[in-house]
Amino acid sequence: MEKVSLTINGINVEVRKGSTLLEAAKKAGIRIPTLCHHPDLVPAGNCRLCVVEQKGAPFLLASCTTKAADGMEIETNTHRVREARRVILELLLAEHNADCISCPASGKCQLQSLAHEYFVQKTDFMNIADKSPIDDSSPSIVKDDSKCIRCLRCVRTCSELMGVSALVSAHKGRYTKVETLLDKPLQYAVCTMCGQCVSRCPTGALVEKNYVNDVWRAISDPEKFVVVQTAPSVRVGLGEMLNMAPGSIVTGKMATALRQLGFDAVLDTNFSADLTIMEEGHELLQRLTKALRDKEKISFPMMTSCCPAWVKFMEHEYPDQLEHISSCKSPQQMLGALIKTYYAQKRGIDPSKIVSVSIMPCTAKKFEASRLEMKSSGYTDVDYVLTTRELGHMIRQSGIWFDELEESTFDSPMGEGTGAAVIFGASGGVMEAALRTVYEVVTGREVPFENLNITPLRGTDGVRAASIRIDKPLPDWSFLEGVEVNVAIAHGLANARKLMDDVEKGLSPYHFIEVMACPNGCIGGGGQPMPTSPEIRRKRTAAIYEADSKLPRRKSHENSEVLALYKDFLTEPLGHRSHELLHTHYTKRDDLP
Amino acid sequence: MSQDAEKSTAKLSKVEKKLNLLKKRAHLIFRNIDCVKLFNRILKKTPDEILATITESGLRGRGGAGFPTGMKWKAALEAPGAVKYVICNADEGEPGTFKDRVILERQPDKIIVGMATCAYVTKATEGYIYMRGEYNFMSKEIKACCEKWNDLFEKKDFPFRVSLRLGSGAYICGEETALIESMSGNRGEPRLRPPFPVSEGFNDMPTVVNNVETLAYVTMIMDDGLDFFKSVAKDDSMGGKVFSVSGDAAIKGVFELPLGMTVQEFVDIFGDGDTKAVQVGGFSGLCVPRKHFATTIIGYRGVQTGGSMILYNSTRSMYLVLKNYLEFFQEESCGQCAPCRIGCQQLLLGIEAMRQGTRPLSHIDKLRELVNVMGVASKCKLGMSLANPFNSITEHFFEEICSKW
Repeated sequence: MEKVSLTINGINVEVRKGSTLLEAAKKAGIRIPTLCHHPDLVPAGNCRLCVVEQKGAPFLLASCTTKAADGMEIETNTHRVREARRVILELLLAEHNADCISCPASGKCQLQSLAHEYFVQKTDFMNIADKSPIDDSSPSIVKDDSKCIRCLRCVRTCSELMGVSALVSAHKGRYTKVETLLDKPLQYAVCTMCGQCVSRCPTGALVEKNYVNDVWRAISDPEKFVVVQTAPSVRVGLGEMLNMAPGSIVTGKMATALRQLGFDAVLDTNFSADLTIMEEGHELLQRLTKALRDKEKISFPMMTSCCPAWVKFMEHEYPDQLEHISSCKSPQQMLGALIKTYYAQKRGIDPSKIVSVSIMPCTAKKFEASRLEMKSSGYTDVDYVLTTRELGHMIRQSGIWFDELEESTFDSPMGEGTGAAVIFGASGGVMEAALRTVYEVVTGREVPFENLNITPLRGTDGVRAASIRIDKPLPDWSFLEGVEVNVAIAHGLANARKLMDDVEKGLSPYHFIEVMACPNGCIGGGGQPMPTSPEIRRKRTAAIYEADSKLPRRKSHENSEVLALYKDFLTEPLGHRSHELLHTHYTKRDDLP
Repeated sequence: MSQDAEKSTAKLSKVEKKLNLLKKRAHLIFRNIDCVKLFNRILKKTPDEILATITESGLRGRGGAGFPTGMKWKAALEAPGAVKYVICNADEGEPGTFKDRVILERQPDKIIVGMATCAYVTKATEGYIYMRGEYNFMSKEIKACCEKWNDLFEKKDFPFRVSLRLGSGAYICGEETALIESMSGNRGEPRLRPPFPVSEGFNDMPTVVNNVETLAYVTMIMDDGLDFFKSVAKDDSMGGKVFSVSGDAAIKGVFELPLGMTVQEFVDIFGDGDTKAVQVGGFSGLCVPRKHFATTIIGYRGVQTGGSMILYNSTRSMYLVLKNYLEFFQEESCGQCAPCRIGCQQLLLGIEAMRQGTRPLSHIDKLRELVNVMGVASKCKLGMSLANPFNSITEHFFEEICSKW
C-alpha cells in the first residue's frame, strides 16, 4: 500500500495515500474540531471549522477534505487557525437559535461544546436564525430550523445511508435551508422516520419527539397499570447514556431501574421476538410449501417486517411489492396486542387501565405505534414509545445510581427471551434466529453451524447473502429435500434498494430477505445514544452476540413462555387468533397529498 | 454651444483617437475570418504542435482566474479517461460583465473552432456550450451554429460534437465545478477540489472548462500566429482582453484592448472626467480609488480581471455601491459553506447597522476580521474573493460607508 509522509505540528506521520489531513492528525494524536464531518458520511467540507495551515499556502485547508501529500508541513494550532475557527463559530452562533436552556440537545450539542471550547460566549454579529415554526407534525421527529447550522449531516445521511432523501438542501445563499420536498411537514413527506438524521444532527435542529412526561404522568396515575417492554438492542445501548462504555450489557440493571422508575410490570420484547420467529418462520414454510409442493404461484422473496422504517419505505417506494413483506407485526406490536389481551386476562387487569410503554432503539417505532391498524386488542396496542435516549433521561431524572443497581430479571409471563431474540438487535440476527428454528422444524436437527452461530450471516457488509441446503428433512417436509434456501440481508435502506430493484424486476434469487433500515441494524438505531460511529456500533454488535452466547436457550421454539402462550391462548402459529392479533397489512403510500 | 460643451467635444475626439489606436492594436476577437478554412489548416498541424503553440502564447483564462490554458489542456490530455469533454463556460454572471454575450452573438464560429482545437489536442469527443439562462434569446442561433459545425465535423470524420446547455440563473454556476454539477442535473454547488475537472470533471471524466473569450483567442492564435498575439499586450501579460465598460463612463460597451494598461490610461479614455473609483473585475474584483489609478496595472501583472470595468463618479455613494454588492452576494452564495453563507449576510447587516448607529463604527474591525477569514477559509473563490471589494471600498471610502449621505 502506498504511503505518504508529512509533519503535523512538527510530528512526523506516515499515512495511507488518500488519507485526509484529519485522519493523519488523528494518527499523530492531534484532535481537530469538526462539525459537518461524520465518520459514516462522505466528507462535505461545509462548516470549515477543521481548517489547518499549510506552510507556504495562502489559504487555510479544510482538513476533512484535503488529502495528505508527501512533504506537507501542517500546523493545526496557529493564531491564524484559532482566529478563523473562532470567527466561524461566531458565525454559526449568529445563524443559530442558541436557546440552550430549553433545547433538548443541550449537553450533547457539538456547537455548544465547541463554542465553550473557543470561549465564544456571545457574538457581535446579528442573529439571523431561521424563524419558521417548529415542525412537530411527525409522531417521531421534531424539526426546528432555528437551530440548524446547515452542516447537511442529515441530508447526507438520508441520501447516502438511507437512499430516501426525505431531507434535502433547498434554495441558495441566505435562504439555504434543509427542507422536505416542497417543504411539506415531515408527517406528509416521504420519510421513513428512522431517525438516523436525528442521531447525526450536531445541534438540536432534529430531535426525537419526546414522550417522557406523558409516561411519568401515567406512572404517577394510581388508576393506571403501566407495562413496559424493552427491545433487544436497548440493553447494549442504554449504558452509554449512563456513562458506561459502548458495548456494555445492562439487561439486569435495566430491569431493576425500570421497576424503580415505577413501571408496574417489566416485560421483554425479546419474548415477542421469539414469537415473531415462530410466526414468521412458519409463514416462510407455508410459502415454501405452497410454492414447492402445491405448485402455487407464490411471490418470493419473503421479506422481514420487524423494522417499521423499512416497512414505510416499501409503502412509499415499492407500493406494488408489498406482498413480499411478511404479514407478521413487529415484536413491539405483537407484544402490545398481547399485553392488552392475553396478559390482561392472565393477570386479571382491566385492559382499559393498562398503559403500554415500549423502550426502543428507534424513532420509527413511535410512528408504528400510531398506525391506525395497530389497535387489534381493542385499544391502542402500544401507548407510548420511548427511545433508549429517553429512557436514559428518565433514569437520570429519577436519581438512580445506575451502575450500582442490583441485577434482576423480567416479569413473567412474557419476560422470557432466548438468544435468538437478543440477536434481533444486530443486522442479520432475525435471519439467523429464523434459520435456527426453521431448519430444526424441517429436519429435526440443529442448524449445521458450530454453537448455532451462523457466521456467514454476520458482519458489516451492507448486503450479505448465504444459502443453506436442506438435507434429509422430516417426512412432512420431504418436498424440501436438497433445496437450497437462499437468503440475503441488507442494512441501511440505500442497500435495501439494491436488493429491491432486483425484486421489482423479478430477478431476485432469494427466498427470504432481512432488512433493517439503520446501519448495522437496531443497535445503530435512530433512537440509540449519541454519538454513533462504525466503531461504537461494532462494540454494540459484539455485545449482542455475547449476550446470545450466554443464554441457556438460544432457539425461539424453545422459549417456554412462548410455548405456553400457544398452548393456552393462540393454539398454533398462523392460527386464527394469531392472525387477529399478530399479523397485519400494509398501505400503499405512493399517493400521499 | 457653450464653451464647456465645445471643450468636451474636442476632448472626446482626442479620446476617440486614442481609443481607436488601442482597438486597432488589439483587434482579434471581432475581426472576421474564414473559420472553416482556418479549421482545415488547424487539422494539418499535429496536436502536439498546437499544444506547444498555445502554451508558448502564454494565453491565460479570460474568465478572470487567469489559469494558463496550455497547462490546463496538457493536464486533460494526460489524464486517463474513456471519454473527455470540452465545456465552453458561457455562464457570464459577474455583474458588470457582458462581453461574452457580444462574442457569442457576433463570433460563435470562433468559439466552436476553439473548442474543436481543444478537443483535437486533448482527444475530447464531446463539447458543450454552457450558456447562462438569460441568454436564451441566442439559443436558436447558437444551436444552428452547433449543427453547422457538427455536420462539418462529420464530413471531415473529426470525432467531436458540440451542443448547447442552458443554465438556470445561479451566479455560482460560473464556477467550473458548480457548472459541471449543474450540467449533471445536481444542485449548482462547487465541488471539493482536488480533484480538478481536468482529471475528474463532467461524468467524472477529464474535462476542460474554458471561458468563451479564451476559446475565441485560441482560434485567433491559430489564425494570426504566436508573435502577433504576444505583441498585443503592453506588458508581459500576453494578448488582448475584451472589456465590458459600464457605470459612470463617457463611453460604454464592449471593447477589445491590450492588457497591461494602467487604470489611469483606461479612465482617460472611458471616464467622464469625474471618476473617483473603478471596480476592476466585477463585484468580486478590486475597487481601485483615484489615488491608485496611475499605479494600478490591468492585467496578469497587476489586477486580474474577467473584463468588467465599472466606473464610479463623485455622485455615487460608495455605501450604496457596497450595499448593492453585498445584497447580490448574500443571495448568490451557494449556501454550502458557513463562512460565505453567513459571512455575506453579516457583512451586509454590519454596514447597515453602522450606518444606522445600532453598531459602533469599530464594528468595521469585526467585519474586516470576518472578510479576511472568509478570504482564507471559504470553500470556493466566491467567498474568498469578497475580501477584494469589501476591503478596498471600506479602506478608501470609509467616511462614505459610515456617514449619512
